[in-house]
Amino acid sequence: MATIARGAAAGAGGPSVEGPRRSPIVRLRRGLAHRALPAFTALAVVYLLLPIFVMIAFGFNDPRGRFNITWQGFTLGNYATAFARRELTDALVNSVVVAVISTLIATSIGTLLALALVRTRFRGRGPLDLLIFLPIATPEIVLGASLLALFVSLDVGRDLVTIVIAHVMFNISYVVITMRARISGLDRAYEEAAMDLGADELTTFRTVTLPLILPGILAGALLAFALSVDDFVITLFTSGHTVTLPLWVYGASRIGVPPEVNVIGTLIFASAVLGVIAWTWLGRSSEPTTAAR
Amino acid sequence: MSRRLRGLAPYALIAPGVLWLAAFFVLPMLAMLSVSLQEGDLAQGFTMTFNVGVYPQALADWSTQFARSVQYGLVATVVAILIGYPIAYTIAFRGGRHKNVLLLLIVLPFFTSFVIRTISWKFLLSDNGIVLGTLKDAGLLEPGFQLIATPLAVISGLVYNFLPFVVLPLYVTLERIDPRLIEAATDLYASRLEAFRRITLPLSLPGLFAASLLTFIPAVGDFVNAEFLGSRDTTMVGNVIQRLYLTNNDYPQASALSFILMAAISLGVFAYVRLLGGRELTA
Repeated sequence: MATIARGAAAGAGGPSVEGPRRSPIVRLRRGLAHRALPAFTALAVVYLLLPIFVMIAFGFNDPRGRFNITWQGFTLGNYATAFARRELTDALVNSVVVAVISTLIATSIGTLLALALVRTRFRGRGPLDLLIFLPIATPEIVLGASLLALFVSLDVGRDLVTIVIAHVMFNISYVVITMRARISGLDRAYEEAAMDLGADELTTFRTVTLPLILPGILAGALLAFALSVDDFVITLFTSGHTVTLPLWVYGASRIGVPPEVNVIGTLIFASAVLGVIAWTWLGRSSEPTTAAR
Repeated sequence: MSRRLRGLAPYALIAPGVLWLAAFFVLPMLAMLSVSLQEGDLAQGFTMTFNVGVYPQALADWSTQFARSVQYGLVATVVAILIGYPIAYTIAFRGGRHKNVLLLLIVLPFFTSFVIRTISWKFLLSDNGIVLGTLKDAGLLEPGFQLIATPLAVISGLVYNFLPFVVLPLYVTLERIDPRLIEAATDLYASRLEAFRRITLPLSLPGLFAASLLTFIPAVGDFVNAEFLGSRDTTMVGNVIQRLYLTNNDYPQASALSFILMAAISLGVFAYVRLLGGRELTA
């Protein structure tokens, strides 16, 4: 803050012109320049959150027709019926099942890859880096289309299993990248100390390495879960007749999205926000140990 | 553990990941290549005829949609950077104690579904919706004014959906810049603009690089925004691939189009990396 203010002073008139002698116009201009960026950022945040406000607000709407697009009146009824639509809850359950299973698999596989890349030396590191990077650099539609081409070629029916396979595939890369950033700075001395004290490799991994890399694993798993629950494009290509929440909403949008979708969207949004708040709160209570460095 | 076993340990660690990506990323690409060269239909089955002609054919048939996708992707990327850079700059240099809260606000849209967000945009931009309808009632807009189903609506949807991908990498690089460098520049009589141009901007290039790729790649391949916010005249290549695959079941042509899209993006990214000097950026 101080730096910027100083920069502004130097920019406006050079260091020789000091405070009181500055003309009101210069001061006004500087004041505006100083506020322009925060004001712009505030506007941008409103812009980013606008569709979310709409989603939340229209969860309380009482639409007359099929289309939940004009405000008709306030009701809490949609919250009572949120889980009454069978197809919608089935889709939600499918989404959660796919997300949980694919997160578990992708996080396990990704953790092993990240450990190998950060802690060991081996030939073929370059090609492996490329293999991990490429799925992220490929448009989702190409990933989905190629998986469909594979399943069609092999004459494999598409269901929850193929969705999980696809989600694990795109999540591995994200887990590895998240974890690598977190565990690259890890001090090996702890593990060496454990081994010097007679612990075998498995015990060392279980009691020393794992707790140290756990925050990285959790971060990777959270990202994988979020990406899986929200995935639409790749799921569309690999789902067959199985329906997940984004697919159901997409299908419903052609005939009118019922307000229950807004309610479920709002509930997911609220639990994610609460989760983040709880996460930072827990992090803050353990801060003295990490802030010591 | 013997030394020999220890040498093999890394391969045991990477084996599951390599196998999964080989089976479900590399193999599908090969399957798609194979399907693109086959002829037939869903009822009769497809047979391999090494029909290479499908590639020039697909390119000729859908060149308008290709050009449009690249155009929309480029415009959306530039606009998202113009909006996202000041945001990232403000959070990095002026965020103070509130940096984390501000970053959370930026990623908050990700806490709702991509599909629901885009439907919300459709609703916000609709002809007589709360924004345009109110402006029209107030006499500020002509009754015939339309946003939805225009290229502007599709591009604004793309900008909206990928804006957080611009802010985050830019924030990471800007946050790392030592403020004393800018201070030194201004102490040496550089104007604020000059200090920005000669210090901040060059140092934030890696972030700009990551931000542009993270926006451009998904934007070029996107079809959801064009489907919800666009019209027949704003169809992107993603819409064509989706329709050919899932509605028409014209697998060969859809596969060829997907391959062309991927090849075009890879070439573009490669040229872009060379242009910006990849060595300095990754270092």
